[in-house]
Amino acid sequence: MSATTISPYRSPQRAENDSFLRLVRAEWTKFRTLRGWVLAVVIAVVLTDVFGLLVVHPHSPCGSGCHLLVPTGPGGEAVNDSFYFVRRPLAGNGSITVRVTALTGKVSASGGGFFGPGQPQNGLSPGVVPWAKAGIIITQSTRQGSAYAAMMVTGGNGVRMQYDYTSDVPGLAGLVSAASPRWLRLVRSGNTITGYDSPDGSHWTEVGVARLAGLSGTVQAGLFAASPLKFTPNFITYSESGGSVSGSLATGVFDHVALAGSGAGGWTGQNIGASGAGYTGPQIGYRQAGGRFTVTGSGDIGPVVSGAANSSYDTVTIGDHLLGVFLGLVILVVIGAMFITVEYRRGLISTTLTASPKRGRMLAAKAVVIGLVTFAAGAAAAALAVIVGIYVSRSGGVYVLPVGWPTEARVILGTAAMLAVTSVLALSIGTILRRSVVTVATVVVGLVLPYILGASGVLPVGAAEWMLRVTPAAAFAIEQSVPQYHQVIGQYGPPDYFPLAPWAGFAVLCAYAVVGLGLAAYLLRRRDA
Amino acid sequence: MSQTVTLARCRPRRRSWPAWTALADALHAEWTKLRTVPGTGWILAALCVLTIGVGAGTDSATRCATGVGCTLDTTRVSLTGILAGQAVVAVLAVLVISGEYSTGMITATFTAMPRRPVVLAAKAIVLTALVLAASVVAVAGSLLAGRLLLATNGLTAAHGFAVVSLARGPTVRAAAGSVLYMALIGLLSLGVATIVRDSAAATGAVLAVLYVAPIAALFLGSNPVWQRRVERYSPVNAGLTIEDTTGLRHLPIGPWGGLAVLAIWAAAALVAAGLQLRLRDA
Repeated sequence: MSATTISPYRSPQRAENDSFLRLVRAEWTKFRTLRGWVLAVVIAVVLTDVFGLLVVHPHSPCGSGCHLLVPTGPGGEAVNDSFYFVRRPLAGNGSITVRVTALTGKVSASGGGFFGPGQPQNGLSPGVVPWAKAGIIITQSTRQGSAYAAMMVTGGNGVRMQYDYTSDVPGLAGLVSAASPRWLRLVRSGNTITGYDSPDGSHWTEVGVARLAGLSGTVQAGLFAASPLKFTPNFITYSESGGSVSGSLATGVFDHVALAGSGAGGWTGQNIGASGAGYTGPQIGYRQAGGRFTVTGSGDIGPVVSGAANSSYDTVTIGDHLLGVFLGLVILVVIGAMFITVEYRRGLISTTLTASPKRGRMLAAKAVVIGLVTFAAGAAAAALAVIVGIYVSRSGGVYVLPVGWPTEARVILGTAAMLAVTSVLALSIGTILRRSVVTVATVVVGLVLPYILGASGVLPVGAAEWMLRVTPAAAFAIEQSVPQYHQVIGQYGPPDYFPLAPWAGFAVLCAYAVVGLGLAAYLLRRRDA
Repeated sequence: MSQTVTLARCRPRRRSWPAWTALADALHAEWTKLRTVPGTGWILAALCVLTIGVGAGTDSATRCATGVGCTLDTTRVSLTGILAGQAVVAVLAVLVISGEYSTGMITATFTAMPRRPVVLAAKAIVLTALVLAASVVAVAGSLLAGRLLLATNGLTAAHGFAVVSLARGPTVRAAAGSVLYMALIGLLSLGVATIVRDSAAATGAVLAVLYVAPIAALFLGSNPVWQRRVERYSPVNAGLTIEDTTGLRHLPIGPWGGLAVLAIWAAAALVAAGLQLRLRDA
């Protein structure tokens, strides 16, 4: 009798290692083989672009084929560069020093609009706008958009040193008057200009140093006056109509004018930007009596911001072409939610979890797949919308505020990332709730309703800003393309401006997604499938 | 010998079944379905809570500097929550029809009730009744919250603001109109959801209809022609003009005209849904 050993059955199939990549591949196969979902992603891309392009079809402000000539500064940004300039050439190094004894101004009647060429100036009343400017400037040339540095007194913001349109450094505080004059000095050494101010002409304080790449050879130095549009918000919310805009003038009174350095000729007065949108009127100009100069000007030297607040230009930002993203977002949220809720409805979830019992990793694999798919789709959609949108707007005569390629890339890729994180959020809410209808409603309303409430002017600015800081709608900050400037008064609100910086707003949405994923993973482990 | 076998013709008896009986039966069936689903009560409660909550939040945040041209419609501010509540109405409408498709219940429904447009009509009536009832509570609560909260923020008659009160004709119109608005949003959503069928996709489609147009109106500041078109002809922007009680002359479309635009959208969606039901397999 012999004993036989019976070995238990072993499957001839080699054991698969359950690596994460294999899980991702399984989820990708699930996604890719559902024709409806792939089609829906394609539809999301197409709708994003078509809606953005058809609806944001520009209207030309001045007839077809015309193009606004907006000057651009040394940094490539659109600028306002209109002011009255009393100048002398300055060859090589030198300095200019003045004493300012008064800054007065006039404002046109509220709603009187921009001072257009040939527009009557009736209804002018005395008043200085906060950023009315009078002071000294050294600029490369009289061409709009030239490199410059200036020291100035302002209507309500003390002494300032400003250079190359976007930089602003505060100097002495307080208002200028005959009793408390302000002494201003600019010193040029090569392409470096240093600004000083002084209350008495003997004790000088350095305000700032500007290194201007575009400054060389003979430059223009002298006195200037400018006064931007007066902007009055008509309500304390971000309202669609903005506020009322009226024109203004500023007059600066200077004495003790001293120009050191070599240059030829006497003083020349010139209204810079008068051929464009600048104001030309009989009050603009300068008078010289003895050593005393009285200079009156209108306009502004500074960056153009979006909206009608500081410029007569009709401008749009590159982000304005992303209107269709809201439509694409809804579709991608639906797909993100269904990626998990359909498994529960069809019972596929038990197979999925049997095949990979580590539930958290299954969720992570799903998040990776849906995130990558929506990122790719979002990048394609946003790139097309922005690039084609800019082309359509420009060919229609609408001025698109120029931005550098890093900003353009950030807007496009950031929008794609926002869509990706949103679909991951939908996936995690879907895992928590397991019901597609409530999931889709929660995510879409959570993103879109705060945006509407924050942007539509229903809420006052404080509450609206709070809304756009703490809710997932903060993520739309990633579509901002032009910065806010504290030295330019404007209607800073959505869709062009948000209370948070682009990536900070995006981080808020990411925080929601991380919390959602964590809760989803926890519940997935605790609950029965 | 031959035997004659007479075979009785086997034919279902055709009972004469008038349309109104069919509708009554369908109504009874739909009411039973909706009543016995556990979610319905929660959804209606959510409608009221969300509408009143968002409205009250807006009321308490609203301030208005006296003097500088602050024109504010107190009734419209009180009814801000409608923007949130309409999403709940949409969810209910989607569940009424898409819920049946996702569970397969729809085949049983259509077997029992082969007149499909009658089923749709019954669903529409039951949904409308529920939404109307809940919206009356939500709108009354919102107006009451507005009356109490706006006054504490200085938006009082002494400062030239109309106190939210049903003694004012335009406020009564806004209140009644908002209730109708919710019902019409429900019908529009039901129509869209019947066409789309899948519950997730239907929710997405309905919410896109409800929320993308108001955002488009915000974006189109640089394109006034299209902005005006959106404000006049999109269901939500036009429909919500029913909430306005001041500055009526400057509205893009009159209050009742705006509600009529929404009614046309809802009717078109329901008719398209009815045709789809007849032409398609269940």
